[in-house]
Amino acid sequence: MTNVTMTVNGKSVSGNVEGRTLLSSFLRDDLRLTGTHVGCDTSQCGACVVHVDGLSVKACTMLAAEADGAEVKTIEGMANADGSLSVIQQAFQDHHGLQCGFCTPGMVMTAAALLKENPKPSETEVRDYLEGNICRCTGYHNIVKAIMAASGQDVSAIAAE
Amino acid sequence: MPKDGGIGSPTLRREDIRFLTGNGKYTDDINIHGQAYAYFVRSDVAHGTINSIDASAAEGMPGVAKVFTAKDFEGVGGVPCGWQVTDRFGEAMQEPKHPVLAEGKVRHVGDPIAVVVADTLEQARDAAEALDIDITELEPVLNMKDALKDGATKVHDDLTSNLCYDWGFVEENREAVDEAIKGAHHVTTLELTNNRLVANPMEPRVAVGDYDSSNDEHTLYTTSQNPHVIRLLMGAFVLGIPEHKLRVVAPDVGGGFGAKIYHYAEEAFCTFAAKALKRPVKWTSSRSEAFMSDAHGRDHVTKIELAMDKDGKFLALRTDTHANMGAYLSTFAPSIPTWLHGTLMAGNYTTPLIYVNVKAVFTNTVPVDAYRGAGRPEATFQLERVVDKAAREMGIDPVELRRRNFITEFPYATPVAVEYDTGDYHATMDKLLELSDHAGFDARAAESKKNGKLRGFGIAHYIEACGIAPSNLVGQLGARAGLYESATVRVNATGSISVMTGSHSHGQGHETSFAQVVSEMIGIDASQIDIVHGDTAKSPMGMGTYGSRSLAVGGSAMVRATEKIINKAKKIAAHLLEAAEGDIELKDGAFTVAGTDKSVAWGDVTLAAYVPHNYPLEDIEPGLEETAFYDPANFTYPSGAYGCEVEVDPETGKVTVLGFTAADDFGNIVNPMIVEGQVHGGLAQGIGQAMIENCAYDDQGQLLSGSYMDYAMPRADDLPMFTVDHSSVTPCTHNPLGVKGCGEAGAIGSPPALVNAVIDALQRGGHDVTHIDMPLSSDRVWAAMNS
Amino acid sequence: MHNFEFVKPGTVADAVAALKGDEAQALGGGQTLLPTMKQRLAAPETLVALSGVDEMKGICKDDEGRLCIGGGTTHAAVAADGSYPALSAMASHIGDPAVRNRGTIGGSLANNDPAACYPSAVLASGATVTTNTREIAADDYFQGMFSTALEEGEIITEVKFPIPEKANYQKFVQPASRFALVGVFVAKFADGVRVAITGASEEGVFRWTEAEEALSANFSPAALDSLSVSGEGMISDLHGTGAYRAHLIKVMTGRAVSAAA
Repeated sequence: MTNVTMTVNGKSVSGNVEGRTLLSSFLRDDLRLTGTHVGCDTSQCGACVVHVDGLSVKACTMLAAEADGAEVKTIEGMANADGSLSVIQQAFQDHHGLQCGFCTPGMVMTAAALLKENPKPSETEVRDYLEGNICRCTGYHNIVKAIMAASGQDVSAIAAE
Repeated sequence: MPKDGGIGSPTLRREDIRFLTGNGKYTDDINIHGQAYAYFVRSDVAHGTINSIDASAAEGMPGVAKVFTAKDFEGVGGVPCGWQVTDRFGEAMQEPKHPVLAEGKVRHVGDPIAVVVADTLEQARDAAEALDIDITELEPVLNMKDALKDGATKVHDDLTSNLCYDWGFVEENREAVDEAIKGAHHVTTLELTNNRLVANPMEPRVAVGDYDSSNDEHTLYTTSQNPHVIRLLMGAFVLGIPEHKLRVVAPDVGGGFGAKIYHYAEEAFCTFAAKALKRPVKWTSSRSEAFMSDAHGRDHVTKIELAMDKDGKFLALRTDTHANMGAYLSTFAPSIPTWLHGTLMAGNYTTPLIYVNVKAVFTNTVPVDAYRGAGRPEATFQLERVVDKAAREMGIDPVELRRRNFITEFPYATPVAVEYDTGDYHATMDKLLELSDHAGFDARAAESKKNGKLRGFGIAHYIEACGIAPSNLVGQLGARAGLYESATVRVNATGSISVMTGSHSHGQGHETSFAQVVSEMIGIDASQIDIVHGDTAKSPMGMGTYGSRSLAVGGSAMVRATEKIINKAKKIAAHLLEAAEGDIELKDGAFTVAGTDKSVAWGDVTLAAYVPHNYPLEDIEPGLEETAFYDPANFTYPSGAYGCEVEVDPETGKVTVLGFTAADDFGNIVNPMIVEGQVHGGLAQGIGQAMIENCAYDDQGQLLSGSYMDYAMPRADDLPMFTVDHSSVTPCTHNPLGVKGCGEAGAIGSPPALVNAVIDALQRGGHDVTHIDMPLSSDRVWAAMNS
Repeated sequence: MHNFEFVKPGTVADAVAALKGDEAQALGGGQTLLPTMKQRLAAPETLVALSGVDEMKGICKDDEGRLCIGGGTTHAAVAADGSYPALSAMASHIGDPAVRNRGTIGGSLANNDPAACYPSAVLASGATVTTNTREIAADDYFQGMFSTALEEGEIITEVKFPIPEKANYQKFVQPASRFALVGVFVAKFADGVRVAITGASEEGVFRWTEAEEALSANFSPAALDSLSVSGEGMISDLHGTGAYRAHLIKVMTGRAVSAAA
């Protein structure tokens, strides 16, 4: 067992982990931050995306030990300080960008990473950036719309119905 | 203008808040103090005899509580099938036992042989490697037609053959159909497969069993679309636990699409083991495990023949299908290729004579059951493909051929035993042509040609039957369950309301849309209304969510219960207002005496019901809580016209979906935002089936598409923005909301539209290609173009 | 996963020392290794994370004008660099954004997946793979599917890419994994053209020498007209036959030549 210490959503946390403990397991099982979901075992679905030192990573494909000393942000840390939904989260609700909610945490974390890199992405750029996030419910239409709306673009022209 | 919050309003979803902040509570988020972890050891061969299982080394490994095998399940029932089909000779289908853990034989890759339960999952996996399992491999049964040959290896030694049933529908029409086809002006024939799919909700299945020895109570937390059905099947047929000692909870569920309807062995195992070990037992499926243990969908091989007169009027239809059941009968498997498939073969057309033959076959593959659409996509696909092929053979425009045969008078009794109550197929077709700018297609095709691409447009018109019902009829058809739905409306003293529904939301947004309905009926703000679902301890016996039934059936039950509430509340209000009950009107959350300004607020009436000081106790009971069970009189029949525009790269065969238009008639709409989302999701799954998804086995029965590395899930860049419309409305005539259901439509209408579009593109490009089997992956399209 | 001891050295020397242990394995970004270990298909006793070795990270140019990329450099960093545009463009389409933030060039090359993108860039560019002990020419480095010239415990510290006059990578994606069903990297140098193909062959990445000769004489898609690739020895699977992959090689090579800049 190794001791790891990291900052998660602004709070310093530590715990003893095995070498094989994944960051996703550490978050879910040790810290009880169950918003980070695990939807596959081949690093493809993206339900587990979190930010490590400001970069999006798949928490199911990173060892907890590798995050020792890192700043980690999860879906639980995405709302505004007063608890209200952040711009991205609010856009997902406003544009019905989620149904069952299982892929949603990863979608929100990926969207946040995209908008940091590219504040006004085109539809094609949004779709490309979502390559590693699978949603089975929405057909992506409203997710793409929500992300573009969150970037401040007018999405009323996008086929709404 | 949509009313704020009521029926017809695009109310934002209240459940989104918890999902967007990481506060959803899914089954895998549930951890009970002291829980152990189950790891299923599964067969890695498709067919084999289990000679021995030696668990002694594994049982001695660190953390291991116990290794379970079939021996531990002696005296325990098999996983039951919920539907018995009667074949065309009047005999019951062949129904093999489906043990919780394999008994003597393994019958598909993934068939569970043993379960290791340990303190941690990794310890259980470590110990599983120490199990010594000796299996003699047998020849696998994979090809359905070969499986039915004399002398074929049998999947189940105790059955007479691999044939589950040979179903004819309508058997009395068989000869007349044969005659009509023989004498017809033209017969179009098409042989096709409907590819096997894996539902792949993003949340893998999970089960947590808990046992309280102090009062002999079992609790199962599970990823289910219908917790009451699980309680009934598992309690009554597998473990023999009476319902009052068994609680099944399905909390937030991350998508279902059919795969979470069924009762699975893992649920029974965790419930059983929790009692045996006197500690909670948790199982979480990995995605790879899901591919070999979740029920699969589709997998039909079909020959369809359509007979026409010289004007293209449909005279008769004959279809012959082999339907793969897999190794065991999943909960509703036998009903899918029969009652949910044969009954839809009329489509939107007046074809007077139809005969459907279905042979259901056992093979050494994962069991096959309902997947979004369930039987209806298979019916629609073959019908809309053969109609398209017929149009080309007859030289009639595919839109025109469909129009010539549309049903226009309702109610309409089809020759396949169902009665459509209402519809307007020309209206949806008109809407499709308008929204897809069909008139401008030729110009767009010319533009594509300049860029070296082949552009095509394909149409499909579908009908589906939702809200399968009524119970007495489906009982005659072999259902071993009722198909009603329930609701309890509990009004609290201060006027807030909890609605306990037997349907279940796993993405559909019932917490929002159901509240809209009650809010509209009573006239109080929707924020005062909570929708409670997913717990057998809270809701009355209900049948859950599948088959696009929740609003049409579950919503109707809720309406009936709310009507009872309103009736009783009016009596109380009449007493409070000292007026006649018949003069009381409920409007905007207040009761008024008609024609006066005398009124009493909703909250005063509800308070009186629970603090009955000034109350007509001699006439009515205190309290305000009502339950209703609603059993529909008929199916509902949503329909719609779908159009797909594609571009094919002739050098690579790659298909790009440029646009997809869906013009649906869902009857009345409660929340258009949610309806559109449902259609988007259905379209993505249908386009996925048509273009990239394929569950394939090799000739040894090994799953070739056993993970997302080989099973192609549609991603954001595979799909276009969709154009969806639901402005064509013919309300359902027999349920109180006039609603039809919208959950499956997208997945039903889209595969034939896409395939028709690709064939159109290839033919416009001069390629004599009349059919390609799904998925239309680039290699298949390229091969067809170069054959 | 089987359990293992996790070590995270800070220097190449310490990493090399740690890899001398029994059943020790290097961990780059882990984007392939960790899923493999989850399936229990790999079970090292010690996992030596290279992410703490700062001397293996970063991108610079050497005196010969070669682009030198540290073995521990992520795909995202290469994608963002831009001084070898075709290479950056290729890196920007490996996996997905989250994978690119973890996956490294050294990890990809050490694994040598037959459908990975990087091997084709390294081979077509005639790059040099530098390890803790030696320099290996690309033509000597790749030795078949999942097989390389690396010795036990040898670490890729740097990869040096000569920058071609023109280059382009065309990936035809396998629809499920999003790896290359066929990927073609074309690089035009003053002294000739190199064409490397990934995703297609049962032998892993390879050079299409006929196309190289034709394109060296005439760098245009038309130069490929008379050529064809045989489907023999090409991967045949659920996603495409050998014949289809062979066909795609020619199509994608033509597109790479057209797009080369």
